[in-house]
Amino acid sequence: MAKKVALLQGNEACAQGALYAGCKFFGGYPITPSTEVAEVLSVELPKVGGKFIQMEDEIGAMAAVIGASLTGAKSITATSGPGVSLKQELIGYACIAEVPCVIINVMRGGPSTGMPTGPGQSDVMQAMWGTHGDHAAIALVPASCQEIFTETVRAFNLAEKYRMPVQVLFDEIVGHMRERIEFPEPGELEVIDREAPSVSPEDYKPYDSTKGQVPPLAAFGSEYKYHVTGLNKADDGFPTTKASLVDAEERRQVNKVLDNVADIESNEEYLTEDADVIIWAYGSTSRSARYAVNELRKEGIKAGLFRPITLWPFPNKRTAELAVQAKAIVVPEMNLGQMVFEVERAAKGNCVVAHEGRVDGDPLNPGQIMAKVKEVL
Amino acid sequence: MAERYELRFSGAGGQGLITAGIILAEAASIIEGKNAVQSQSYGPEARGGASKSEVIISDAPIDYPKATVVDACLAMTQEAADKYANGIKEGGILLLDADFVHNAPEGNFTVYRLPITRMAKDDVGREIVANVVALGAVIGLTGVVSKDAGEQAVLRKVPAAFKDLNKKAYNLGYSKGKELAG
Repeated sequence: MAKKVALLQGNEACAQGALYAGCKFFGGYPITPSTEVAEVLSVELPKVGGKFIQMEDEIGAMAAVIGASLTGAKSITATSGPGVSLKQELIGYACIAEVPCVIINVMRGGPSTGMPTGPGQSDVMQAMWGTHGDHAAIALVPASCQEIFTETVRAFNLAEKYRMPVQVLFDEIVGHMRERIEFPEPGELEVIDREAPSVSPEDYKPYDSTKGQVPPLAAFGSEYKYHVTGLNKADDGFPTTKASLVDAEERRQVNKVLDNVADIESNEEYLTEDADVIIWAYGSTSRSARYAVNELRKEGIKAGLFRPITLWPFPNKRTAELAVQAKAIVVPEMNLGQMVFEVERAAKGNCVVAHEGRVDGDPLNPGQIMAKVKEVL
Repeated sequence: MAERYELRFSGAGGQGLITAGIILAEAASIIEGKNAVQSQSYGPEARGGASKSEVIISDAPIDYPKATVVDACLAMTQEAADKYANGIKEGGILLLDADFVHNAPEGNFTVYRLPITRMAKDDVGREIVANVVALGAVIGLTGVVSKDAGEQAVLRKVPAAFKDLNKKAYNLGYSKGKELAG
Protein backbone atom coordinates (compact mmCIF):
# COMPACT_ATOMS: atom_id res chain seq x y z
CA MET A 1 0.00 0.00 0.00
CA ALA A 2 1.17 3.49 -0.79
CA LYS A 3 2.27 5.52 2.17
CA LYS A 4 0.08 8.29 3.48
CA VAL A 5 1.37 11.62 2.20
CA ALA A 6 0.39 15.16 3.06
CA LEU A 7 1.57 18.69 2.54
CA LEU A 8 2.47 19.70 6.08
CA GLN A 9 3.96 22.68 7.80
CA GLY A 10 7.13 21.98 9.78
CA ASN A 11 5.27 22.67 13.01
CA GLU A 12 2.50 20.26 12.02
CA ALA A 13 5.09 17.63 11.13
CA CYS A 14 6.59 18.09 14.59
CA ALA A 15 3.25 17.37 16.24
CA GLN A 16 2.78 14.29 14.04
CA GLY A 17 6.28 13.07 14.95
CA ALA A 18 5.45 13.47 18.63
CA LEU A 19 2.32 11.36 18.20
CA TYR A 20 4.30 8.69 16.31
CA ALA A 21 6.78 8.57 19.20
CA GLY A 22 3.95 7.87 21.63
CA CYS A 23 3.73 11.31 23.21
CA LYS A 24 0.86 11.48 25.70
CA PHE A 25 1.24 14.93 27.21
CA PHE A 26 1.68 18.50 26.02
CA GLY A 27 1.99 21.37 28.46
CA GLY A 28 2.62 24.75 26.93
CA TYR A 29 1.82 28.37 26.41
CA PRO A 30 1.21 29.52 22.83
CA ILE A 31 3.84 31.66 21.16
CA THR A 32 4.57 32.55 17.54
CA PRO A 33 6.16 30.94 15.56
CA SER A 34 5.56 27.64 17.38
CA THR A 35 1.82 27.75 18.02
CA GLU A 36 0.81 25.21 15.35
CA VAL A 37 2.60 22.46 17.30
CA ALA A 38 0.22 23.10 20.20
CA GLU A 39 -2.79 23.52 17.91
CA VAL A 40 -2.37 20.10 16.32
CA LEU A 41 -1.61 18.34 19.60
CA SER A 42 -4.62 19.96 21.31
CA VAL A 43 -6.81 18.22 18.73
CA GLU A 44 -4.92 14.94 18.40
CA LEU A 45 -3.72 14.08 21.92
CA PRO A 46 -7.21 13.52 23.39
CA LYS A 47 -7.90 11.05 20.56
CA VAL A 48 -5.03 8.81 21.72
CA GLY A 49 -5.80 9.07 25.43
CA GLY A 50 -3.32 11.89 25.95
CA LYS A 51 -3.69 15.21 27.73
CA PHE A 52 -3.17 18.76 26.53
CA ILE A 53 -2.88 21.61 29.00
CA GLN A 54 -2.43 25.26 28.18
CA MET A 55 -0.75 26.51 31.34
CA GLU A 56 -0.70 30.00 32.83
CA ASP A 57 2.78 30.66 31.44
CA GLU A 58 5.89 28.98 30.06
CA ILE A 59 7.31 28.24 33.50
CA GLY A 60 4.18 26.42 34.58
CA ALA A 61 4.17 24.61 31.26
CA MET A 62 7.68 23.24 31.80
CA ALA A 63 6.77 22.19 35.35
CA ALA A 64 3.71 20.36 34.02
CA VAL A 65 5.83 18.59 31.42
CA ILE A 66 8.29 17.40 34.07
CA GLY A 67 5.50 16.22 36.34
CA ALA A 68 3.66 14.41 33.57
CA SER A 69 6.82 12.70 32.38
CA LEU A 70 7.66 11.47 35.88
CA THR A 71 4.34 9.64 35.94
CA GLY A 72 5.42 7.78 32.80
CA ALA A 73 3.84 9.85 30.01
CA LYS A 74 6.10 10.89 27.17
CA SER A 75 5.88 14.68 27.38
CA ILE A 76 6.59 17.66 25.19
CA THR A 77 6.35 21.42 25.16
CA ALA A 78 6.74 23.82 22.23
CA THR A 79 7.78 27.43 22.42
CA SER A 80 10.10 30.05 21.00
CA GLY A 81 13.18 31.83 22.40
CA PRO A 82 11.35 34.01 24.95
CA GLY A 83 9.56 30.93 26.27
CA VAL A 84 12.77 28.90 26.47
CA SER A 85 14.33 31.70 28.54
CA LEU A 86 11.50 31.35 31.04
CA LYS A 87 11.81 27.57 31.12
CA GLN A 88 15.54 27.53 31.86
CA GLU A 89 15.30 27.00 35.62
CA LEU A 90 13.08 23.98 35.11
CA ILE A 91 15.18 22.63 32.25
CA GLY A 92 18.00 22.50 34.79
CA TYR A 93 15.64 20.72 37.17
CA ALA A 94 14.90 18.12 34.48
CA CYS A 95 18.66 17.72 33.97
CA ILE A 96 19.51 17.04 37.62
CA ALA A 97 16.36 15.07 38.42
CA GLU A 98 16.91 13.18 35.14
CA VAL A 99 13.41 13.52 33.73
CA PRO A 100 12.92 12.69 30.03
CA CYS A 101 11.14 15.41 28.07
CA VAL A 102 11.20 17.13 24.70
CA ILE A 103 11.36 20.90 24.27
CA ILE A 104 10.61 22.33 20.85
CA ASN A 105 12.08 25.77 20.16
CA VAL A 106 10.91 27.35 16.91
CA MET A 107 13.46 30.13 16.75
CA ARG A 108 12.68 33.76 16.01
CA GLY A 109 15.12 36.64 16.42
CA GLY A 110 15.71 38.40 19.68
CA PRO A 111 16.80 39.07 22.52
CA SER A 112 13.59 39.43 24.52
CA THR A 113 10.44 39.22 22.39
CA GLY A 114 12.37 40.23 19.26
CA MET A 115 10.56 39.77 15.97
CA PRO A 116 7.88 37.11 16.49
CA THR A 117 7.15 36.43 12.82
CA GLY A 118 10.76 36.51 11.61
CA PRO A 119 13.30 33.67 11.60
CA GLY A 120 16.40 33.45 13.76
CA GLN A 121 19.06 30.99 14.89
CA SER A 122 20.20 32.87 17.93
CA ASP A 123 19.13 30.32 20.58
CA VAL A 124 21.72 27.68 19.70
CA MET A 125 24.13 28.51 22.52
CA GLN A 126 21.19 28.88 24.89
CA ALA A 127 20.26 25.27 24.08
CA MET A 128 23.60 24.20 25.56
CA TRP A 129 24.30 26.77 28.23
CA GLY A 130 20.93 28.39 28.96
CA THR A 131 20.42 26.74 32.30
CA HIS A 132 23.02 27.21 35.00
CA GLY A 133 25.37 24.64 36.41
CA ASP A 134 27.26 21.77 34.81
CA HIS A 135 24.99 19.62 32.75
CA ALA A 136 24.86 17.73 29.49
CA ALA A 137 22.58 18.79 26.68
CA ILE A 138 21.20 17.25 23.53
CA ALA A 139 19.86 19.54 20.80
CA LEU A 140 18.70 18.53 17.34
CA VAL A 141 18.40 20.89 14.35
CA PRO A 142 16.26 19.47 11.53
CA ALA A 143 16.17 21.27 8.17
CA SER A 144 13.06 19.97 6.40
CA CYS A 145 9.48 19.08 7.26
CA GLN A 146 10.15 15.35 6.87
CA GLU A 147 13.22 15.64 9.05
CA ILE A 148 11.30 17.57 11.70
CA PHE A 149 9.02 14.52 11.91
CA THR A 150 11.86 12.01 12.22
CA GLU A 151 14.00 14.17 14.51
CA THR A 152 11.05 14.74 16.86
CA VAL A 153 10.75 10.97 17.12
CA ARG A 154 14.51 10.74 17.72
CA ALA A 155 14.29 13.48 20.36
CA PHE A 156 11.80 11.38 22.33
CA ASN A 157 14.01 8.32 21.89
CA LEU A 158 17.10 10.13 23.19
CA ALA A 159 15.14 11.71 26.05
CA GLU A 160 13.82 8.32 27.13
CA LYS A 161 17.11 6.47 26.61
CA TYR A 162 19.30 9.00 28.42
CA ARG A 163 16.66 10.22 30.89
CA MET A 164 17.07 13.91 30.17
CA PRO A 165 15.55 16.90 28.40
CA VAL A 166 16.19 17.02 24.65
CA GLN A 167 15.67 20.19 22.65
CA VAL A 168 14.67 20.34 19.00
CA LEU A 169 15.45 23.68 17.42
CA PHE A 170 14.22 24.77 14.07
CA ASP A 171 13.78 28.30 12.82
CA GLU A 172 10.62 30.04 11.72
CA ILE A 173 11.38 29.29 8.06
CA VAL A 174 11.33 25.51 8.50
CA GLY A 175 8.61 25.71 11.14
CA HIS A 176 6.20 27.55 8.88
CA MET A 177 7.05 26.24 5.44
CA ARG A 178 5.13 23.38 3.88
CA GLU A 179 6.54 20.31 2.15
CA ARG A 180 5.26 16.88 1.31
CA ILE A 181 5.61 14.43 4.17
CA GLU A 182 5.53 10.67 3.87
CA PHE A 183 4.16 9.26 7.09
CA PRO A 184 6.33 6.37 8.27
CA GLU A 185 4.38 3.18 8.99
CA PRO A 186 4.13 2.07 12.62
CA GLY A 187 7.31 0.14 13.39
CA GLU A 188 9.26 1.73 10.53
CA LEU A 189 11.06 4.17 12.83
CA GLU A 190 12.54 3.01 16.10
CA VAL A 191 10.56 4.12 19.15
CA ILE A 192 12.34 3.83 22.48
CA ASP A 193 10.60 3.74 25.86
CA ARG A 194 12.42 4.43 29.11
CA GLU A 195 13.77 1.43 30.98
CA ALA A 196 11.51 0.33 33.82
CA PRO A 197 12.99 -0.84 37.14
CA SER A 198 13.64 -4.57 37.46
CA VAL A 199 13.80 -4.49 41.26
CA SER A 200 10.91 -4.55 43.71
CA PRO A 201 9.45 -1.25 44.92
CA GLU A 202 11.17 -1.73 48.32
CA ASP A 203 14.60 -2.03 46.71
CA TYR A 204 14.14 0.73 44.12
CA LYS A 205 16.52 3.69 44.08
CA PRO A 206 15.90 6.27 41.36
CA TYR A 207 19.59 7.17 40.94
CA ASP A 208 21.23 3.80 41.49
CA SER A 209 24.38 4.07 39.37
CA THR A 210 25.13 0.37 39.84
CA LYS A 211 22.30 -0.11 37.31
CA GLY A 212 24.33 1.75 34.69
CA GLN A 213 24.95 5.30 33.54
CA VAL A 214 21.20 5.78 33.12
CA PRO A 215 19.36 4.24 36.07
CA PRO A 216 15.83 2.97 35.35
CA LEU A 217 13.00 5.43 36.07
CA ALA A 218 9.85 4.23 37.81
CA ALA A 219 6.49 5.90 37.22
CA PHE A 220 5.88 8.44 39.95
CA GLY A 221 2.60 7.70 41.73
CA SER A 222 2.94 3.96 41.20
CA GLU A 223 3.91 1.49 43.94
CA TYR A 224 7.48 2.68 43.42
CA LYS A 225 7.81 5.54 45.88
CA TYR A 226 10.78 7.88 45.66
CA HIS A 227 11.92 11.42 46.24
CA VAL A 228 12.57 13.98 43.49
CA THR A 229 14.53 17.19 44.11
CA GLY A 230 16.58 19.79 42.33
CA LEU A 231 19.29 19.49 44.98
CA ASN A 232 22.31 17.27 44.56
CA LYS A 233 21.14 13.92 45.76
CA ALA A 234 22.16 10.44 46.77
CA ASP A 235 21.06 7.32 44.92
CA ASP A 236 17.76 7.25 46.86
CA GLY A 237 16.85 10.72 45.57
CA PHE A 238 17.23 12.50 48.93
CA PRO A 239 19.51 15.56 49.14
CA THR A 240 23.14 15.12 50.07
CA THR A 241 26.23 17.31 50.38
CA LYS A 242 28.60 14.39 50.70
CA ALA A 243 31.45 15.32 48.38
CA SER A 244 32.08 11.91 46.86
CA LEU A 245 28.39 11.36 46.06
CA VAL A 246 27.90 14.84 44.61
CA ASP A 247 30.99 14.50 42.45
CA ALA A 248 30.07 11.06 41.16
CA GLU A 249 26.51 12.08 40.31
CA GLU A 250 27.54 15.31 38.56
CA ARG A 251 30.06 13.43 36.45
CA ARG A 252 27.69 10.58 35.66
CA GLN A 253 25.04 13.00 34.42
CA VAL A 254 27.46 14.74 32.06
CA ASN A 255 29.27 11.58 30.96
CA LYS A 256 26.09 9.71 30.06
CA VAL A 257 26.02 12.01 27.03
CA LEU A 258 29.75 12.50 26.37
CA ASP A 259 30.43 8.74 26.51
CA ASN A 260 27.66 8.09 23.99
CA VAL A 261 28.36 10.76 21.38
CA ALA A 262 28.56 8.13 18.64
CA ASP A 263 24.97 7.11 19.41
CA ILE A 264 23.67 10.67 19.64
CA GLU A 265 25.60 12.37 16.86
CA SER A 266 24.03 12.73 13.43
CA ASN A 267 25.50 14.69 10.51
CA GLU A 268 25.03 14.95 6.79
CA GLU A 269 27.74 15.79 4.28
CA TYR A 270 27.42 16.90 0.68
CA LEU A 271 30.41 17.04 -1.68
CA THR A 272 32.91 17.31 1.17
CA GLU A 273 35.38 14.65 -0.11
CA ASP A 274 37.44 17.02 -2.25
CA ALA A 275 36.21 20.32 -0.83
CA ASP A 276 38.57 23.26 -0.40
CA VAL A 277 35.92 25.19 1.45
CA ILE A 278 33.37 23.71 3.83
CA ILE A 279 30.14 25.50 4.52
CA TRP A 280 29.20 24.45 8.05
CA ALA A 281 25.48 25.11 8.32
CA TYR A 282 22.38 23.87 10.13
CA GLY A 283 18.61 24.30 9.95
CA SER A 284 17.13 26.36 7.13
CA THR A 285 20.51 28.00 6.53
CA SER A 286 21.90 24.62 5.46
CA ARG A 287 19.42 24.66 2.59
CA SER A 288 20.79 28.01 1.42
CA ALA A 289 24.26 26.51 1.83
CA ARG A 290 23.47 23.48 -0.31
CA TYR A 291 22.18 25.77 -3.05
CA ALA A 292 25.37 27.82 -2.71
CA VAL A 293 27.55 24.68 -2.94
CA ASN A 294 25.94 23.72 -6.25
CA GLU A 295 26.36 27.23 -7.66
CA LEU A 296 29.97 27.49 -6.48
CA ARG A 297 30.80 24.11 -8.04
CA LYS A 298 29.44 25.42 -11.37
CA GLU A 299 31.96 28.24 -11.05
CA GLY A 300 34.76 25.77 -10.38
CA ILE A 301 35.03 26.37 -6.64
CA LYS A 302 35.28 23.12 -4.70
CA ALA A 303 32.73 23.75 -1.99
CA GLY A 304 31.10 21.20 0.30
CA LEU A 305 28.45 21.21 2.99
CA PHE A 306 28.74 19.87 6.51
CA ARG A 307 25.33 19.82 8.19
CA PRO A 308 24.98 18.84 11.84
CA ILE A 309 21.58 17.32 12.63
CA THR A 310 22.66 16.84 16.24
CA LEU A 311 24.03 20.26 17.22
CA TRP A 312 24.72 19.34 20.85
CA PRO A 313 26.82 17.43 21.73
CA PHE A 314 28.96 19.38 19.27
CA PRO A 315 30.40 17.37 16.32
CA ASN A 316 34.01 17.93 17.43
CA LYS A 317 35.67 15.04 15.68
CA ARG A 318 34.35 15.56 12.17
CA THR A 319 34.68 19.34 12.35
CA ALA A 320 38.34 18.92 13.35
CA GLU A 321 38.98 16.53 10.45
CA LEU A 322 37.38 18.89 7.95
CA ALA A 323 39.49 21.76 9.28
CA VAL A 324 42.63 19.78 8.41
CA GLN A 325 41.35 18.95 4.92
CA ALA A 326 39.90 22.32 3.90
CA LYS A 327 41.41 25.74 3.39
CA ALA A 328 38.44 27.41 5.01
CA ILE A 329 35.22 26.76 6.87
CA VAL A 330 32.42 29.28 6.45
CA VAL A 331 29.71 29.26 9.11
CA PRO A 332 26.52 31.05 8.02
CA GLU A 333 24.03 31.55 10.85
CA MET A 334 21.00 33.73 11.43
CA ASN A 335 22.75 35.27 14.41
CA LEU A 336 25.81 37.45 14.98
CA GLY A 337 28.15 34.55 15.75
CA GLN A 338 27.43 31.54 17.96
CA MET A 339 28.29 28.08 16.61
CA VAL A 340 31.21 29.65 14.75
CA PHE A 341 33.06 29.81 18.08
CA GLU A 342 32.68 26.08 18.57
CA VAL A 343 33.84 25.49 14.99
CA GLU A 344 36.90 27.67 15.65
CA ARG A 345 37.66 25.73 18.81
CA ALA A 346 37.41 22.40 16.99
CA ALA A 347 39.42 23.67 13.99
CA LYS A 348 42.42 24.41 16.26
CA GLY A 349 43.76 26.96 13.80
CA ASN A 350 44.13 24.41 11.01
CA CYS A 351 42.11 26.48 8.57
CA VAL A 352 40.43 29.86 8.22
CA VAL A 353 37.06 29.96 10.00
CA ALA A 354 34.72 32.75 8.94
CA HIS A 355 31.25 33.73 10.02
CA GLU A 356 28.41 35.11 7.89
CA GLY A 357 25.52 36.38 9.94
CA ARG A 358 22.09 37.81 9.32
CA VAL A 359 19.61 39.15 11.89
CA ASP A 360 17.21 41.37 9.93
CA GLY A 361 14.36 38.87 9.72
CA ASP A 362 15.15 37.88 6.14
CA PRO A 363 16.56 34.44 5.35
CA LEU A 364 20.30 34.08 4.95
CA ASN A 365 20.32 33.54 1.20
CA PRO A 366 22.68 31.57 -1.06
CA GLY A 367 24.16 34.72 -2.64
CA GLN A 368 25.31 35.95 0.74
CA ILE A 369 27.04 32.66 1.48
CA MET A 370 28.67 32.55 -1.97
CA ALA A 371 30.05 36.06 -1.52
CA LYS A 372 31.57 35.07 1.83
CA VAL A 373 33.16 31.94 0.37
CA LYS A 374 34.78 33.99 -2.41
CA GLU A 375 35.99 36.52 0.13
CA VAL A 376 37.82 33.96 2.27
CA LEU A 377 39.30 31.77 -0.48
CA MET B 1 9.44 21.90 -16.89
CA ALA B 2 12.36 23.93 -15.59
CA GLU B 3 14.40 22.44 -12.81
CA ARG B 4 13.17 25.12 -10.46
CA TYR B 5 10.10 27.30 -10.98
CA GLU B 6 9.43 30.09 -8.51
CA LEU B 7 6.09 31.76 -7.86
CA ARG B 8 5.17 34.55 -5.50
CA PHE B 9 1.62 35.50 -4.49
CA SER B 10 1.31 38.86 -2.77
CA GLY B 11 -1.51 41.02 -1.50
CA ALA B 12 -3.05 42.30 1.69
CA GLY B 13 -3.09 40.11 4.79
CA GLY B 14 -6.42 38.27 4.96
CA GLN B 15 -6.92 38.09 1.17
CA GLY B 16 -6.05 34.39 1.15
CA LEU B 17 -2.81 34.55 -0.78
CA ILE B 18 -1.08 32.19 1.62
CA THR B 19 -3.95 29.75 1.08
CA ALA B 20 -3.55 30.15 -2.69
CA GLY B 21 0.12 29.23 -2.32
CA ILE B 22 -0.72 26.19 -0.20
CA ILE B 23 -3.25 24.99 -2.78
CA LEU B 24 -0.72 25.35 -5.59
CA ALA B 25 1.91 23.47 -3.57
CA GLU B 26 -0.60 20.66 -2.95
CA ALA B 27 -1.45 20.51 -6.64
CA ALA B 28 2.22 20.19 -7.54
CA SER B 29 3.46 17.92 -4.76
CA ILE B 30 0.54 15.75 -3.70
CA ILE B 31 -1.44 15.54 -6.96
CA GLU B 32 1.29 15.77 -9.60
CA GLY B 33 4.05 14.19 -7.50
CA LYS B 34 6.64 16.91 -8.10
CA ASN B 35 8.68 18.57 -5.38
CA ALA B 36 7.19 21.73 -3.92
CA VAL B 37 7.90 24.01 -0.99
CA GLN B 38 5.50 26.69 0.16
CA SER B 39 6.61 29.43 2.51
CA GLN B 40 5.34 32.79 3.59
CA SER B 41 6.25 36.07 5.09
CA TYR B 42 3.77 38.11 7.00
CA GLY B 43 3.51 40.83 9.60
CA PRO B 44 2.05 40.63 13.10
CA GLU B 45 -1.35 41.93 11.87
CA ALA B 46 -4.20 39.43 11.39
CA ARG B 47 -5.64 41.61 8.59
CA GLY B 48 -4.09 44.23 6.33
CA GLY B 49 -0.42 44.92 5.80
CA ALA B 50 1.33 43.26 2.89
CA SER B 51 1.71 39.51 2.88
CA LYS B 52 3.42 37.13 0.49
CA SER B 53 3.46 33.44 -0.10
CA GLU B 54 6.09 31.73 -2.19
CA VAL B 55 5.94 28.37 -3.91
CA ILE B 56 8.97 26.66 -5.41
CA ILE B 57 8.20 23.76 -7.74
CA SER B 58 10.86 21.45 -9.13
CA ASP B 59 11.43 18.01 -10.57
CA ALA B 60 14.53 17.78 -8.36
CA PRO B 61 14.67 18.07 -4.54
CA ILE B 62 14.43 21.69 -3.42
CA ASP B 63 17.18 23.10 -1.21
CA TYR B 64 16.73 26.84 -0.71
CA PRO B 65 13.00 27.17 0.10
CA LYS B 66 12.60 30.84 -0.77
CA ALA B 67 12.56 32.64 -4.10
CA THR B 68 15.85 33.55 -5.77
CA VAL B 69 14.66 34.84 -9.17
CA VAL B 70 10.89 34.80 -9.50
CA ASP B 71 9.37 33.21 -12.61
CA ALA B 72 5.84 34.41 -11.93
CA CYS B 73 4.53 36.97 -9.47
CA LEU B 74 1.02 38.03 -8.50
CA ALA B 75 0.28 41.36 -6.80
CA MET B 76 -3.26 42.09 -5.62
CA THR B 77 -2.63 45.52 -4.06
CA GLN B 78 -0.40 48.51 -4.75
CA GLU B 79 1.40 48.03 -1.43
CA ALA B 80 2.12 44.39 -2.29
CA ALA B 81 3.32 45.37 -5.77
CA ASP B 82 5.64 48.00 -4.33
CA LYS B 83 7.00 45.68 -1.66
CA TYR B 84 7.08 42.26 -3.29
CA ALA B 85 6.95 42.58 -7.10
CA ASN B 86 10.71 42.51 -7.36
CA GLY B 87 13.39 40.01 -8.22
CA ILE B 88 11.32 38.87 -11.20
CA LYS B 89 13.52 37.23 -13.78
CA GLU B 90 14.01 38.45 -17.31
CA GLY B 91 11.16 37.17 -19.41
CA GLY B 92 9.17 36.41 -16.27
CA ILE B 93 5.53 37.14 -15.57
CA LEU B 94 3.83 39.72 -13.35
CA LEU B 95 0.05 39.51 -12.92
CA LEU B 96 -1.70 42.48 -11.33
CA ASP B 97 -5.18 43.14 -10.05
CA ALA B 98 -6.00 45.87 -12.59
CA ASP B 99 -8.30 47.78 -10.22
CA PHE B 100 -5.90 48.01 -7.31
CA VAL B 101 -2.43 48.27 -8.83
CA HIS B 102 -2.05 51.37 -10.92
CA ASN B 103 1.70 51.78 -10.86
CA ALA B 104 3.33 48.62 -12.15
CA PRO B 105 6.98 48.12 -11.29
CA GLU B 106 9.27 48.28 -14.30
CA GLY B 107 11.52 45.52 -15.52
CA ASN B 108 12.26 43.05 -18.29
CA PHE B 109 9.20 40.95 -17.65
CA THR B 110 5.68 40.85 -19.07
CA VAL B 111 2.96 42.59 -17.08
CA TYR B 112 -0.56 41.19 -17.33
CA ARG B 113 -3.66 42.76 -15.83
CA LEU B 114 -6.98 41.28 -14.79
CA PRO B 115 -9.67 42.84 -12.57
CA ILE B 116 -9.32 39.84 -10.24
CA THR B 117 -11.25 41.14 -7.24
CA ARG B 118 -14.02 42.54 -9.44
CA MET B 119 -14.30 39.24 -11.33
CA ALA B 120 -14.75 37.43 -8.01
CA LYS B 121 -17.38 39.89 -6.85
CA ASP B 122 -19.38 40.41 -10.05
CA ASP B 123 -18.88 37.23 -12.08
CA VAL B 124 -18.54 34.61 -9.35
CA GLY B 125 -20.66 36.40 -6.78
CA ARG B 126 -18.34 36.56 -3.76
CA GLU B 127 -15.31 38.80 -3.33
CA ILE B 128 -13.88 36.31 -0.84
CA VAL B 129 -12.92 33.91 -3.67
CA ALA B 130 -10.63 36.47 -5.33
CA ASN B 131 -7.66 34.36 -4.20
CA VAL B 132 -9.00 31.33 -6.05
CA VAL B 133 -9.70 33.42 -9.18
CA ALA B 134 -6.10 34.63 -8.91
CA LEU B 135 -4.79 31.09 -8.47
CA GLY B 136 -6.70 29.94 -11.55
CA ALA B 137 -5.35 32.87 -13.54
CA VAL B 138 -1.75 32.16 -12.50
CA ILE B 139 -2.08 28.49 -13.44
CA GLY B 140 -3.73 29.40 -16.76
CA LEU B 141 -1.03 31.93 -17.49
CA THR B 142 1.97 29.79 -16.50
CA GLY B 143 0.86 26.19 -16.97
CA VAL B 144 2.99 25.35 -13.92
CA VAL B 145 0.53 22.60 -12.99
CA SER B 146 -2.30 21.15 -15.07
CA LYS B 147 -5.76 22.72 -15.00
CA ASP B 148 -7.13 19.55 -13.48
CA ALA B 149 -4.51 19.28 -10.72
CA GLY B 150 -5.23 22.87 -9.71
CA GLU B 151 -8.95 22.26 -9.60
CA GLN B 152 -8.56 19.06 -7.57
CA ALA B 153 -6.36 20.87 -5.07
CA VAL B 154 -8.88 23.71 -4.71
CA LEU B 155 -11.71 21.27 -4.10
CA ARG B 156 -9.71 19.31 -1.51
CA LYS B 157 -9.19 22.50 0.45
CA VAL B 158 -12.69 23.97 0.66
CA PRO B 159 -15.74 22.84 2.68
CA ALA B 160 -18.46 20.96 0.77
CA ALA B 161 -20.87 23.90 0.79
CA PHE B 162 -18.38 26.10 -1.05
CA LYS B 163 -17.13 23.66 -3.66
CA ASP B 164 -19.28 25.01 -6.52
CA LEU B 165 -18.41 28.60 -5.74
CA ASN B 166 -14.69 27.86 -5.70
CA LYS B 167 -14.85 25.68 -8.77
CA LYS B 168 -16.51 28.54 -10.64
CA ALA B 169 -13.89 30.98 -9.34
CA TYR B 170 -11.01 28.71 -10.31
CA ASN B 171 -12.31 28.02 -13.80
CA LEU B 172 -13.04 31.67 -14.51
CA GLY B 173 -9.54 32.63 -13.42
CA TYR B 174 -8.00 29.78 -15.39
CA SER B 175 -9.75 30.66 -18.66
CA LYS B 176 -8.88 34.36 -18.34
CA GLY B 177 -5.28 33.47 -17.56
CA LYS B 178 -5.12 31.13 -20.51
CA GLU B 179 -6.52 33.88 -22.77
CA LEU B 180 -3.84 36.29 -21.58
CA ALA B 181 -1.14 33.73 -22.28
CA GLY B 182 -2.49 33.60 -25.83
